[in-house]
Amino acid sequence: MSIRAEYLGMPLSIDELDGENLAFFQHCAAHDFHLQVCESCNLLRYPPTTACPWCMGQRARWVAVEGKGAVHSYTEVHHAIQPAFKASTPYLVLLVDLDTQNGKPSAEEALRVVGNLVTPEGKLAAAEAVARVGIGTRVRMVFTDVAPGLALPQWTIDDSVEQPKPWRYPQD
Amino acid sequence: MPLPAQIDTSSPKHLRDKYAIIGVGETSYTRGSGRSTRALGTWAVRNAIEDAGLRAGDVDGMLSYQSGDSTFAPFIAGDLGIRLNFYMDVFGGGSSTEALIGMAMGVIEAGMCKTVVIFRAMNGYSQVRIGGTGARSAVPVTGDMLHSRAYGWQSAGQLFSFTFMRHMYDFGTTPAQVAAVRAAHSAHASNNPKAYYKKRVSVEDVLASRIICKPLHLLDCCVETDNATAIVISSAERARDGRHPRVLIRGVAGRVCKPRADMHYQHGPISTVAGKYAREILWPNAGVGPEDIDVTGSYDAFTFTTMLQLEDYGFCKKGEGGQYVSDGSIRLGGRRPNNTSGGHLCEGYTHGMNMVIENVRQLRHDVDDSCPLGADGKRRHSYDYREGGCRQVERCEVSANLGWAMPGTGSAMVMRRD
Repeated sequence: MSIRAEYLGMPLSIDELDGENLAFFQHCAAHDFHLQVCESCNLLRYPPTTACPWCMGQRARWVAVEGKGAVHSYTEVHHAIQPAFKASTPYLVLLVDLDTQNGKPSAEEALRVVGNLVTPEGKLAAAEAVARVGIGTRVRMVFTDVAPGLALPQWTIDDSVEQPKPWRYPQD
Repeated sequence: MPLPAQIDTSSPKHLRDKYAIIGVGETSYTRGSGRSTRALGTWAVRNAIEDAGLRAGDVDGMLSYQSGDSTFAPFIAGDLGIRLNFYMDVFGGGSSTEALIGMAMGVIEAGMCKTVVIFRAMNGYSQVRIGGTGARSAVPVTGDMLHSRAYGWQSAGQLFSFTFMRHMYDFGTTPAQVAAVRAAHSAHASNNPKAYYKKRVSVEDVLASRIICKPLHLLDCCVETDNATAIVISSAERARDGRHPRVLIRGVAGRVCKPRADMHYQHGPISTVAGKYAREILWPNAGVGPEDIDVTGSYDAFTFTTMLQLEDYGFCKKGEGGQYVSDGSIRLGGRRPNNTSGGHLCEGYTHGMNMVIENVRQLRHDVDDSCPLGADGKRRHSYDYREGGCRQVERCEVSANLGWAMPGTGSAMVMRRD
């Protein structure tokens, strides 16, 4: 069944034929991050795909994956182009290396999961938090609820660990 | 030209110099063309055919690229009375020009047609804004876009910035180094009567402009304009009868991708772009290397894209792109000028085609600057690159165009003067 919802005034939808995304976001809605693991090569992948990008395997199952990692790169948006985000600038879009499967199948690879920096409750983070985060910052996954069957995986600063000094854009 | 040492590969050497760009044309670069993309495309194609010294009946193939924002080949051909033996309109942006030139070579080689026009027509400011604001920012977010647009990660600048930022982290590249790209291209544009932005800007001006999304300042980003551009491709043999010195195609690489083109950030290093792969096709196909190139057209949707590509195609060592673009090398008068028209940062935005047009004119030694015309209709170039002066590169024999769709996808081409 398809999903139609609204988030920050933006229409979001998942088509009923889009089985991979329906399953991915259904797990997120339960605040339980799952990725597909290939039944042939046992490698995880992100975002959801039809076949295995490592071995063309056809069969995969959804497994729980720990939502912890470190910021690999980021952008800090000051001029939002989508009306939905104009009230929230500056906001961060983070590219996060999951700890799980980091450096596999080759040293250059990782499960790099996109998300905004948000509060632990899943709201876009305020300027003070935005200014604390850079490459290397340890983050943990939280979820922004959108609709039944649809929550967005997001990132918040992991306060349970000692933070390395992050690398920030040098004009700061 | 003295041909450099051939690189031995399995590349199709028999296609080197077999095809030529025989005509180029464009409309003016404006904001508010007041015309449909069909009208813009029609005039650009007509200008390119006239530049080639051809008539409508001499053209029988047409290719175009667009992203749901333009007209289609049959309309342009119909308007100009061109009867087509082949046409194809493909989806795509900045990695298209060089790739479609390769396709044109292929369809002529296959005997499907004899002369192909490629066009790109767009109202990138007044209709579908290329920066992503307006109609494009309001489209419903569905399916795979839920992993990108739902996070306010949608425009080209936002999508590419992970690569740009990580290059700074990996190699210590500075904002001032990449800002030098804008300074250089603006100096080139000041000698280009067609350029939309003709004012010279400094590194300091770039760094003082407002942040769009880090690490991009406003002046790190290209201009949005309305325009159409077109080029005519035929066999080098047919080009012998042309109006201009022959500009021969040495080799092409088209839409070369990093692994996981769908989400290329899954593969690293993310501070490396598709040029790392494209160069393994481009240089062997062309039988030349970076050291043989006199002028480059490295795509400048952003200052960073120019730097990243020059680095990954091997014009400098990996990680030294910031140094290369800021040491004067890429300026007119430097050892290898880049985007002598001012490129997308200053001349106008055409998804890559104006950078090919500029290099064709450079190789003809007939770039349209402010130098006086001689009795033969050719310019008498002064090679004085001060503001308002010349922009012809001296002894320009070989060029490289480096097209960019995104960090994970690129196309490239080497041309030479006969």
